[in-house]
Amino acid sequence: MPPSDTPEAPKDAAAEPAPDVVTEKGVPTQKGDAPKGGPAAELPHGGAPGIRFEKVVKRFGSNVVLRELDFTVAPGERVTLIGPSGSGKTTILRLLMTLEALDEGVIWIGDETLWHMERGGKRVPAGQKHLHEMRKQVGMVFQQFNLFPNMNVLRNLTEGPVRVLGVSKDEAVERAKGLLDLVGLADKENAHPTQLSGGQQQRVAIARALAMQPKVLLLDEVTSALDPELVVGVQDLLRDIARQSDLTMLCVTHEMAFAKDISNRVLMFDQGQIVEEGPPDQIFGEPSEQRTRDFLQAVLAS
Amino acid sequence: MTWDWQYSGDILPDLLSGLRYTVIATLAGYVIAIVLGLVWTLLRRTPSRVFNQTIRWITEFIRSTPLIPQLYFVFFVLPAWGITIGSLTAGIITLGVHYSTYTAEVYRAGIADVPKGQWEACTALNLPRSRVWLDVILPQAIRRVIPTLGNYLIAMFKDSPMLLAINVAELLFSAYQVGSRSLQFLEPITIVGLLFVVVSVISSILVRRLERRYATI
Repeated sequence: MPPSDTPEAPKDAAAEPAPDVVTEKGVPTQKGDAPKGGPAAELPHGGAPGIRFEKVVKRFGSNVVLRELDFTVAPGERVTLIGPSGSGKTTILRLLMTLEALDEGVIWIGDETLWHMERGGKRVPAGQKHLHEMRKQVGMVFQQFNLFPNMNVLRNLTEGPVRVLGVSKDEAVERAKGLLDLVGLADKENAHPTQLSGGQQQRVAIARALAMQPKVLLLDEVTSALDPELVVGVQDLLRDIARQSDLTMLCVTHEMAFAKDISNRVLMFDQGQIVEEGPPDQIFGEPSEQRTRDFLQAVLAS
Repeated sequence: MTWDWQYSGDILPDLLSGLRYTVIATLAGYVIAIVLGLVWTLLRRTPSRVFNQTIRWITEFIRSTPLIPQLYFVFFVLPAWGITIGSLTAGIITLGVHYSTYTAEVYRAGIADVPKGQWEACTALNLPRSRVWLDVILPQAIRRVIPTLGNYLIAMFKDSPMLLAINVAELLFSAYQVGSRSLQFLEPITIVGLLFVVVSVISSILVRRLERRYATI
């Protein structure tokens, strides 16, 4: 059963609004033309899938983190998830990256289910092979960077393309250099992660995620572990990437100004459910829910 | 009892030949210990719980029994089943297998020490299982445990005299033999002690150097 009632592409996008194309299956997939040359050449273009959560439940022991959560992200849409800690935002990203297993419900990426596959007309839990295929569409940047300390920067960027995508070593190196150029670290290809500042490490981590040519990019509090003076640089980079690519992006952040810049839509979470959603101007400017107002006040005060 | 320098000089070649066997047995046993230890650790992480537990109990059993009965078992009991091995080989194998159950624990701790984020990054990059282990986890885990593994080399060296139980002509065995011939034990046994100290101190310096080199990732 393919997802229905996908929302229209958001109209308030700061950059180019993403045009939806409805495929025969009735599932929106985005069409885009890859620009030739220029810095954006390294970034993925076209075919970004939408995402849809259907009655998703996630528990940790007796603690229910997500309660029958429903939401949809349009192809190429950039959505920021805000809310108090423990509200389930990060869990949503971790479910999409298959770092946590789904308890109940269905997650769609495009017209395919992430955690289920069809067998004999029935929907059964996905095997490793299915998960491997589905993960190819998704990339993630972590709060703690998680670069491989035993490899230099270049190898961090080529490991995945060579081992997973089957790209030749030369081509992977070439692309990696292009990506390092994009994130402003062209001179650091031989450095080891420990020799880099937090901000530089996070730029490498962003480049590493992009090297896998994902169509969905997950950003999990990517500036929370950075010294204040390094935050802006990483945010500017992500803003450029958002502007120059048509990735579907899900972003968990406590930086409200960044959320406002980067996203088409903001979802306010509390206790595993969406309290309020809307364009950033509305959520940050005139939130209608008391819980949203309280949360924003608390964040701005800190 | 006074120290006899003349006698000391006479027995030194015999003792040094014993030391040769001690060093050979230790080094060869060590190679077995560090390779087999890693094998144990990886065998404990298969998808089969029953298999993992079986491996766990086998290693637990070997680790919890003393080295000398194990030497006796390999050298005296196995031949009854048609497996006859020379004393030096038996000593090397037993020493290696015995210590592999210790190094297995070292590797296990090293793997557990690799941050969870490394595994998650591997999943996010979709790396296949073999690559996760070979390219990411093991290089980091082994680097962390190199100093500890080095200490086991010294520990094995100090345990090697037990090989005299199965007549390996190692250092202490040689000292015992020359002492029995002349009934003068002061010199041979003292020299044994000194030789052990010399080799141990040299090894410790090397291990400390390794430690400094690999202390940080």
